[in-house]
Formats: sequence, structure tokens, C-alpha cells
Amino acid sequence: MSTKPTSAEERYDAIVIGGGHNGLVNAAYLAKAGLKTLVLERRHLVGGAAITEELVPGFKFTTFSYAISLLRPDIVHDLDLVRHGLMVLPLINTFQPGLNGEYLLLGADADDNYHEIARHSVEDAEAARDLDHRIARLVRALKPWVDRIPPNRLSSDPAELAAMAELQEDMESLDPEVRSLLEKFMNSSAAEILDEVFENELVKALYASSGIIGSRVGARDKESGLIWLFHKLGDFDGVPGNWGFHKGGNGAFTQVLARAVEDFGGVIRTHAGVERVLSDGDRASGVRLEDGSELYADLVVSALDPRQTFTRLVDPDDLPQDLVDHIRSYKFQGSAAKVNFALSAVPTFPGLEGREDIFQGFTNLGPSIDYLEEAFADCREGRFSRRPFLDCCVQSTIDPDMSPPGQHIMSCFVMYAPYQLAKSDWETERTSLGDTVQATVEEFFPGFGELVLHREVVTPLDIEQQIGLSEGNIFAGELFPSQLFLNRPAPGWNQYRTPIAGYYQCGSGTHPGGCITGGPGKLAAEQILGDRTARGE
Amino acid sequence: MPLTTPFQARLAPLNQTGIWKHWSGYLVAPQYQPSLNAEYFAIRNAVSLLDTSPLFKLRFSGQDAPRLLSHALVRNIDDCDVGRAQYTCWCDARGFVLQDGVVLHVAPGEYQLTAAEPTLHYFRALAREMKLADATIEDISSEFGILALSGPHAHHVLAQLTDAANSLPYFGVMQTEIARCEVTVSRTGYTGDLGYELWVRSADALTLWDALMAAGRGFNITPIGTTALKMSRVEAGLLLMGTDFHSSRFAWVDAQRETPHELGWGWMFRRLGQDDRDFIGRRAIEAEINERTSRWKTVGIAVDPYDYERVYAEAGIIAPRHELYSESTMSIYRRGAKEWDYAGYGSSFLASPILRKPIALAKLPLDLAKRGTEVDLEIPVIRQPKNVLARVEPVPFFNPPRKTAPVDEGVNR
Repeated sequence: MSTKPTSAEERYDAIVIGGGHNGLVNAAYLAKAGLKTLVLERRHLVGGAAITEELVPGFKFTTFSYAISLLRPDIVHDLDLVRHGLMVLPLINTFQPGLNGEYLLLGADADDNYHEIARHSVEDAEAARDLDHRIARLVRALKPWVDRIPPNRLSSDPAELAAMAELQEDMESLDPEVRSLLEKFMNSSAAEILDEVFENELVKALYASSGIIGSRVGARDKESGLIWLFHKLGDFDGVPGNWGFHKGGNGAFTQVLARAVEDFGGVIRTHAGVERVLSDGDRASGVRLEDGSELYADLVVSALDPRQTFTRLVDPDDLPQDLVDHIRSYKFQGSAAKVNFALSAVPTFPGLEGREDIFQGFTNLGPSIDYLEEAFADCREGRFSRRPFLDCCVQSTIDPDMSPPGQHIMSCFVMYAPYQLAKSDWETERTSLGDTVQATVEEFFPGFGELVLHREVVTPLDIEQQIGLSEGNIFAGELFPSQLFLNRPAPGWNQYRTPIAGYYQCGSGTHPGGCITGGPGKLAAEQILGDRTARGE
Repeated sequence: MPLTTPFQARLAPLNQTGIWKHWSGYLVAPQYQPSLNAEYFAIRNAVSLLDTSPLFKLRFSGQDAPRLLSHALVRNIDDCDVGRAQYTCWCDARGFVLQDGVVLHVAPGEYQLTAAEPTLHYFRALAREMKLADATIEDISSEFGILALSGPHAHHVLAQLTDAANSLPYFGVMQTEIARCEVTVSRTGYTGDLGYELWVRSADALTLWDALMAAGRGFNITPIGTTALKMSRVEAGLLLMGTDFHSSRFAWVDAQRETPHELGWGWMFRRLGQDDRDFIGRRAIEAEINERTSRWKTVGIAVDPYDYERVYAEAGIIAPRHELYSESTMSIYRRGAKEWDYAGYGSSFLASPILRKPIALAKLPLDLAKRGTEVDLEIPVIRQPKNVLARVEPVPFFNPPRKTAPVDEGVNR
């Protein structure tokens, strides 16, 4: 224990560890409820994985996270985010080029999209409408469970038993068509589902990419079904599965959150890495910073991932063994990288010269399930994909303030890049990964290399070292059934509490999970404030 | 980018309004000339020409095609002989409507179907499920253009180009040649008037258009857009998918679904007792009939013209009747002691130019669906909701003898 005196300034009602988007959301709710709230961020800026950095003058890079969809709509209004500058721009197009000159360019008009898919397969064009609607219905049915504190399946508390019964009843009362689709997503790979629905490879691959994003799974692995569904849980203006892009990048979004925190009276301190959560008996009492100073609060919330929350910030010996076992076997196994480019012009697709609009959304480089599987085969062997799947975004075609006029930034999310390399290390491979990604983009967009003004490579190790996500997993833990909902991050500890009174968790390693949802931060605040009310505080 | 139909080269210069809209991803004109009424009255007074090519078109062939259609469609395809057309619908297993459409039996064992929404995958998946070895289903949407020639002089125009039409009965189909182009003609349409629909290969589309326009010159043949068509179909009591009903396939809940009975298509089942087909939805439809579980009936209602005048007169303005067509939902209330007693809704509203009064297609509970029943229809009068008296009327509201009359008995009335 520190011998430093406790001054009034250093005592808070609540300390939130980590200024990622969930930490900020959580802090904003706590501050709004009247708690004197402090956010501690290790880095020089808040945002966690959701930051925008001007690495080259005039070019703003979304270094890590690059799009937004799953943000829970209530948060916008609860935290008055519009007033603080929230502006989510629609990603109107999806471009899926092939390697033989063919492509799919989907946009905002359903009939145009029908005819675009029909160029490849008339049946698939109709089947896509069907599938999209069935997924939308399923997503609507699941939404209430995404937006509430999940039940604790190990508890014998009557309220928890009732919630479990309600869950079961809700699932049983689903329309049979919706329920069978849910079962399919839970028990089948993306490829299995897609093989049943579609015949065209380009169409299948477009859908399949949602099933592998950020996860160490292939499109033919069983887990990919649920990961696909997870990515459809979001919406833009109520259109399920649609994604948006925040004005100024996701870093501008976390700045909006930071303004909301401060507007509610919260305090944000950067360059303030937390070394330890302090406790007084079995209660949290504050934190010790990396510089040795201590700050005190009866309420400490970790927005870091479960490994940090349970095995670094506190002594795992003080925790129940089954929880520690769970956290130790909880899978991170980051498998994605980012390569960001500053470009002198937009890339050119043969046959669509001069069409900047094709980049106003996601550009999916992964034209078949076999292509995706080949990329995954490298990952299995412990090396990055020699021909990776890339999810690209030229955000400056939508937001002119991201780059100098006429020039562009391009964010490429790279699958697969395993955290653990079998025969090398990431410092050795950095340039080679950048070259591989550039060469892959070049295959689809000849002449790409000549446009590159600057390149930034973000390896899984960078993700871990720079923003603290264990093993570089962008979701703070894989989105596997064993690690979602009732099990996130561990059965019995999926309600934001920890075994230490006054110590809570609110990061993406809690329900509902990764992506810019804000859900963990919000629901944790709900739990914390509910617990305080129950104790009569 | 929207597609264009094979007639676009002729249509583009005709559109004086500069306004285009999209129909199933194709560019179409809502109207061509400044006066919508001029187009509407071409249908009722002269002859109109409409491009309906954006409809989805399927061809069914092979020995098992009749088995497929017999299982899929609610009306018995066996009743549709070669040279006949059939207006029908298809349902899901719960008896909710998926789509409606017209089947043409163009040659022995060969059928063509028009539908408002894509349905190739649906029928192919069904054929696979039924393990039909010899059923070929093709999407021929882009292979053909379709023109609808409609109005009291439609026959006079067509008769100049082919003898075929002289013997064609209502809902008859035949192959013919016009201006050396192969054309499939059916005596069908969506206007409730005398009319023909002509299928032509896309490459021949402009030739057919030119031939019809030339033959129609003496009859004031008028190209019409989709709005005039939709006005006329309200008078004909014909429902529009997406407006008066919705496909069960894209519904979220049953409140957004309708059964054929609820849509007023009970006549499709008149001969159900004489056929033992196991068509999709049959069990549910029979249960609905036996247990009287229909939630609605789709009816025509006509607004009392005096009451319509009254509500506007009380507000100090002239009642609007000019080119008034709306697809907005309008609430209908039960008349009685209780005010604003919600009963149902109107889904298509038209100030009928020929009947000189407002009419609507509406869903009402069964007890209010009887002919002559009085209800209140809510209309906005200077932005305030007002109720006007309306009465249930049989549809079609307008049904001239020429629509169905044999040609030799005269199609001029």
C-alpha cells in the first residue's frame, strides 16, 4: 500500500481503467448518474482501438478499427452524442471484385442489387433477398437479448432462474423459420449455409467474409456461422447488417464520447497506465498507476480485456480457481492485421476506370470461398496468408477531410495474420506483410503500387503492444459460442461483476462482445448503478 | 444504374415530363405528358399503349411442368387449356399469399408466367424439392418485352395488324405475327377495359411498337405511364402487390400477411371440391374456410359524393377531385355512437375520373364487408382528419361489357 496521503482530488466515486470506446461509454453513464468519475488511459490519447491518427500530414489513418454499425442506438440518445458531434455516414456501396474481370457492385437500391447479382446468377439474386430478410428477422428477434444484461446460467437466484426461463421461452416461441435459421447459424459454417442458398462463388464469398472477420476460423469451420450472424446484429438507420463510417474516422467517434464524459463532469487522464487494482479486504479501493501513484475509489471498472482484468490488474490467486481457469483458456489468438495506405489517387479497377464511388463502402478482396480457405490454410501453418483476404475502405471517398483533396487513405483489414508465427517473429515479417498486402491489392487493381505514398503496417503484436488487446484480438476474445453471451468472458461472470466487490468489467470481453457496440460499457453501467441502488447508495 | 426496357429508344423522346421512376430496377415513366387525365382517358375513351416489360417473366416447360404448377398455384392449372390464360396466386404452407400473376398456356405443356417480384429461385427450389426430373424453369425476363394495348379501340388497332385477335376470347392466348415479328397475344390486362398484352422478342420490340403506334394513329393511341394504369386498376378492383397486399415472404409478422380469401380471391376456390390437388397452402386455406378465421375482407368502398363535398365546403375549400390517386393508408371507422371506432383501412384511393366520385380498395372486418354497409373514411381536410361517409360497393367499380365480350358480339360498349 502506498504511503501517499489521500487528498480530496485523488478520491473518486468511480475509476474506469482504459479509455477505449467501452470505457468511455461506461464512464459517461456513471458520470451522468452523478458519480465523480475518472477515466485512466495509458496512451497519449483515448479511443483504444478506435483512434484516428494523422501519420502523414493531411492523411488521417484509422489505425485499427475502421467502421461502425453495432453501436447500440440508445447510447446515442442517453449520452446526447449528436450534440457532441456524432455523425455516422452510410457506407453505401459494397464492391466485390473477382480476379478475372468480374465483380459485384452492390449499392443502396434493392432492385439494382437484384439485377447486379442476377448478372452472375438469377437464382442467387432472388435467394439473396430471401436470405437477407430471414437474417433481418432473426436479428430483430435476438436484439432484446443483445441489449440486456444476460442471465447468469450458474446462479440459483430466483431472478436469474426466471431470466433463464424467459430466454428459453423466447427462443422456443420464435417463428419456426427464424428458429431454424438461428440453429443453422449456431451449428453450421458460413460455407455450409451459403452452399445451400447460393450457387455463385462471388456471391458466396461476399457473404462468407462476415463469417471470418477478425477470427481464427475458416469459412468452412463451424464457428464461422455465428461470427457471420454477429456481424449482422448491427444496423444503419434500422437497416440490419448495414455499416457506417464515422466522420473523421472511428477516432473522431471516441472523441465524441470523450466530450460526453467531460460534459457529464467526468475526468479523463491520459499517460496514466494502471498497474494494479487496489483492494481493502475483499473490496476494491482504488488503483496504483505505473508511476507508483495511487488513486482511490470504491468503484473500479476495467475496460481492458478479460486476461488483463482478471490476471494482470488483480492477483489471480485472490480469485476463484474455476474463473481463473476459464480466463486462462479463453481464446484470444489474434489473427488479423491492418495495412493502411496513403494514396495519390483511388485505385483503378479494369473496366470501371474513373469510378471513385465503387469505394464508398467496403471493398472485399476475397472472391471465392476457396480463396478464403487458402488464406486460412497459411494461418493454420502459423504464417500470414500469402494471398490474404482484405476488407478495404477508402474512407476519403466519403469524408473529404480524411485526406488532401484528390488524394486518399485506404484502410486494409488483413486476414489472416496469426499472432503466433511458427517460424518467425513479427518484427522480421513487418515489411514482408506490407509487401504481400500491397501485391494482393495490385492483383485486383493493377497499378496500385504506383499510387502508394505511404504505408503503415499494424501487426497483431502491434495491436497488443500499442493498445493492450491480448494477442492482438480485435474483439477482446474470439466470438465463439463458448465465449459469448452466457459465457462471456466466463460462465457465472457474464454480468459485468467480478468476485471482488466494487470491481467490475466493461470491455469488449463482456457481453455483447467486440466491435464498436458500446453495449458492454452501457450494460456494465446499468449493472453497477443497479447494484448501488440495491445497496441503498 | 437502372436498366431500360427494349422500348426505351421510343419511350425516351415521348416523355415530356422529364420524370422517370424505377420499376423493378427498370426506368419507367409515371406519365408521359403534362396531363395525367389525358392518359387515363385514353384507356377509357380511345386506346392506350403501356410498356410493362419490367414484369418478371418465367417459362415453364418439360413433362413435369404441369405437376409443378399444379402443386404451386392455388388455381388448377389443368383448367387452363392451351390457348388460355389464368389469373392466379401462390401461397406459402400457412395459406398466406406469396404473389399473384398471370399464367399463359402458350403451347402444349409450355407456360409463361408474369410476376411482380423475382420467383425463379422459388419455383426451381420447389421443383428440386419435388424431385421433378423433367421440369425446366427459365427466367426469360430480358428476352421479351411486353406491351399492354388497352381501351375501347384496342381491338381496332390490333385487327389492322393481325387477324388473330378477331377470335381471341377474354383470357385467351395465341401466337401470331405482327410486322413480321413473332408475337404472343393474350386478351388480358390490368386496366379493367378491353385490352391485349403482347409479348415480343426484345430485338423486335421497336418494330412492334412502331406498328402499333402507326395502326393506332386514327384512334388517338396514347402512350401511358404507370400512374394512369394504376388509376384504372382501382376502378377495375385489381390489387397491387406492395400497396394492397404484401408478399408473405418478406413479412415480419402475420399482421403483414394476407390470405387469398382476405384479398377477395375466394372465387379462386369455387371448384375446390372437384379437385383433390395437394397444392401449397391448401390445408390452411380449407381450415380458414371451414373455421371462418379470415381477419379481413378486401372490398371496394365508394365515398358518398355529397358528404365529400360537405366536409370540404365546411372548411371553405373546393373538394379535390382532379388527378387524385393515392397509395397511402387511410383509416376506416365503424359508424355508431363511438367516435373514431377503428375498423379497417383503405390502401388505394382514387377520385375516379369516370365514376365522378372517390373510391378506394379497403380491408374491413367481415361484419362490415357486406354490400351497402356504411363506414367512415378518414381524409385530411386542410391537414385535419375528417370522416366522410363511404359505402361498400361490389368490385369492379367499373366493368364495361367490352372487357369480356366476344369480338363478334361487339367490343365497342
